Amino acid sequence: MSDGLLPLLLGGAVMLSLNAYVLLGGADFGGGVWDLLASGPRRARQRALIADAIGPIWEANHVWLILVIVLLFTCFPPAFARLSVTLHIPLALMLVGIVLRGSAFTFRSYDSQRDDVQRRWGSVFAGASVVTPLLLGVAVGAIASGGVPPAPSGTFLEGYVRPWARAFPMGVGLLTVVLFAFLAAVYLTLEADDDALREDFRRRALGAGVAAFGAAALALALASGGAPLVWRELLGAWWALPLHLATGAAAIAALYALWTRRWRLARAAAVTQVSCILWGWGLAQYPYLLPPHLTLADAAAPAVTLRLVLGALVLGAFVLVPSLYYLFRVFKTRPA
Amino acid sequence: MPNLLAARSQMAVSLAFHIVFAVVGIGMPLLMVVAERRWLATRDPVYLDLAKRWSKGTAIMFAVGAVSGTILSFELGLLWPWFMEFAGPIIGMPFSLEGFAFFLEAIFLGVYLYGWNRISPRAHLGAGILVALSGAVSGIFVVIANAWMNTPSGFRVVGGHAVDIDPVAAMLNPAAFSQTLHMTLAAYAATGLAVAGIHAAMLLRQPANPFNRRALAVGLLVGVPAAILQPLSGDLSARHVAEHQPAKLAAMESLFETRRGAPLVIGGWPDVESREIRLGIEVPHALSLLAFGDPNAEVKGLDTVPREDWPNVPFVHLSFQVMVALGTYMALVSLWAAWLAWRRREIAENRRLLRLLVYGTPMGFVAIEAGWMVTEVGRQPWVVYGVLRTADAVTPMPGLIVPFAFFSLLYVALAVAVVWLLRRQILESPGLPDRRGRPPLEQGVQHV
Ligand code: HDD
Ligand code: HEM
Ligand code: HEM
Repeated sequence: MSDGLLPLLLGGAVMLSLNAYVLLGGADFGGGVWDLLASGPRRARQRALIADAIGPIWEANHVWLILVIVLLFTCFPPAFARLSVTLHIPLALMLVGIVLRGSAFTFRSYDSQRDDVQRRWGSVFAGASVVTPLLLGVAVGAIASGGVPPAPSGTFLEGYVRPWARAFPMGVGLLTVVLFAFLAAVYLTLEADDDALREDFRRRALGAGVAAFGAAALALALASGGAPLVWRELLGAWWALPLHLATGAAAIAALYALWTRRWRLARAAAVTQVSCILWGWGLAQYPYLLPPHLTLADAAAPAVTLRLVLGALVLGAFVLVPSLYYLFRVFKTRPA
Repeated sequence: MPNLLAARSQMAVSLAFHIVFAVVGIGMPLLMVVAERRWLATRDPVYLDLAKRWSKGTAIMFAVGAVSGTILSFELGLLWPWFMEFAGPIIGMPFSLEGFAFFLEAIFLGVYLYGWNRISPRAHLGAGILVALSGAVSGIFVVIANAWMNTPSGFRVVGGHAVDIDPVAAMLNPAAFSQTLHMTLAAYAATGLAVAGIHAAMLLRQPANPFNRRALAVGLLVGVPAAILQPLSGDLSARHVAEHQPAKLAAMESLFETRRGAPLVIGGWPDVESREIRLGIEVPHALSLLAFGDPNAEVKGLDTVPREDWPNVPFVHLSFQVMVALGTYMALVSLWAAWLAWRRREIAENRRLLRLLVYGTPMGFVAIEAGWMVTEVGRQPWVVYGVLRTADAVTPMPGLIVPFAFFSLLYVALAVAVVWLLRRQILESPGLPDRRGRPPLEQGVQHV
């Protein structure tokens, strides 16, 4: 294999892992959002459904994020180092969210089942489920807007706060929360085992789907000033129009399917929609990993490393894919 | 607090916290699997109960292990970006492989914890075995990365950059075998004997309780062989340290001067200013013998290292003494238990041994913390021994004391919550009526 292709392949692997994290781990965070917003007569059952849905799988889903990090520092070490320096604050806060979400969720199921105890852990779990995706989006937004330089310069505020504390990254953060909540609501329509509960999540999915349009429009509008490179590509590149069409079609298909209660179709469409948005960001940045300075190729580790990691990924996939299939078959197919 | 010190402290606190959960994540699945296997073989329901109860505690520990491990993965960059930029291409490989081990562990732990009623008993046991295996393998991969930091190999440095990178050679670094062996044994010794100790305490109160008798037996089955092998494996580690990291060995032993026929010092307090050790017991020639297999071999002292490159000698020395003392105690108690088992005597009725086991409950964990202090503090001032200084690896981000304080508080809160929840689980052991007088089996978890 030609060495020139390797960075692209491994960059693709990073994006695939991130995509899996968004679709799987993201929905677990979205579940937390709906735990926070649980309401109406079936509030307790909504929460129980969410807990049952994410209980067996959240730790496996979480490993996708670890894989993203590991691939970044192994294959694109300067990018990992620069990101970690400039985005120290949002990443550290995101970590706090990850820790509180995971531990509070587990503690809740193993602590006393008394209501006040349950509610206390529940509110930590739910709060952290909102904050974490927000910060993940902020970090992505900061990267896309060219906020990560080779080394921070200027004052503390200029070097460590301003790169991410701006409108565009915040807009991306908001979009992330809304999309995760949308995914979760769509998945939960398939998990619910009675119609009333399913309708609860159908309404929520419809609401979040519409909100996603708004949040996406907002992020795009902020991109014109906040992330010029991404903005230019998203409007001008040859792939931009087909991608927008595909994303839009998927979004409309998801809403239509929810409206007409075709749950599986809705899930497929929602997954497509969110993936298109993610890859749209990736394509818009290409060939940069950290615009406007560091390209994928410049950041890449030596070819030996890339080749070995690629080999490990391929071999690992042979173990991972059947295992994941088994996990989801055991827990995500309802007994007939 | 200077930035570098804050970063080192945050790293130390994070690792010291994570290792407890990691060790439980390696050890407990094995105990659960043994109990479940015995249930399938004997149909003695106490074993099933045991496996289920242990799996609840493990679920709590595993979740905290996963989130604290996530903190670490990020902290490698948040605190040591220039270390990762340098080391990532060389030593990222074991981390990537570890990622797959994490996947398997998390996937099959989900299956194990939530699948009691969904899959066949055989498949369930199989899931448990995979959790136990992948837990051990993930520990092995991280420790390989750490061994590389101690004995770096698989690259050359030219003009401050690594060239001729060979990730496979880096994984096969000189310390990899001795360190992974020692760590894996440590995990089984610590969890096995901790479980044995907890149930020994309950047996002292209720000698006939069958639940605690079986639990004690399973704990000992895992803990005793590992604890007996541990001093041998430690000896192997020490030989490697003597060969590849002379400064660390000198600090462990407080050997200030290079000498032939060096004595082994037991206990004592090194006085760094006057370069001598006070109040220690010297065993003549023992260090030369242990480190190089020759009572007159030359052992390099701290005088071969510039003063400013010494690690914190008293700290490393003390930590080493603590580990070895605890390891000796654990090995001796284990030998006694093994001897009783061999003579087919009832261990559960030997109150003196039970009491010694109770004292041993925390020792494996303390020894693990102490051992890591030897390894990590003994490597200073290097993050990659002889290649990259810790001071050159730290992030330029100012005010690191803030995240250090913040994450430390977070760990304290997590520790309090975990202790609280585990206490709740242990107090619900069968036969111990809980404070509210409810029968134990009806409390607790909605799943399982
Ligand atoms: C149950 C825990 C436990 C017990 C009983 C022992 N150790 Fe240990 N030791 C560890 C747990 C540990 C550890 C925490 O797992 C370390 C840290 C790094 C490593 O690989 O293992 C370690 C490191 C470590 C090192 C440093 C390795 C390095 O820096 O590369 C040496 C020389 C020893 N040990 C030697 C011993 C000896 C001679 C023991 C005799 C009783 C002993 N250990 C008992
Ligand atoms: C000797 C040191 C270490 C050992 C033996 C070890 C072992 C383990 C084990 C067995 C687990 C499984 C979770 C559990 O059972 O609680 C785990 C989790 C984890 N560890 Fe460590 N670890 C060590 C140090 C580190 C370091 C230095 C890092 C970061 C670079 C790290 C990153 C992680 C991560 C990310 C997880 C979570 C995986 C998941 O989501 O399931 N560990 N570790
Ligand atoms: C889990 C058991 C471990 C414990 C308790 C531990 C403990 C420590 C301590 C106390 C320090 C600070 C040393 C000092 O500055 O004086 C440290 C530093 C560090 N450790 Fe470990 N360590 C463990 C395992 C690991 C592993 C498995 C890795 C890597 C794969 C690792 C990577 C590091 C790094 C990068 C630093 C910072 C640089 C340095 O101070 O040398 N540690 N650790």
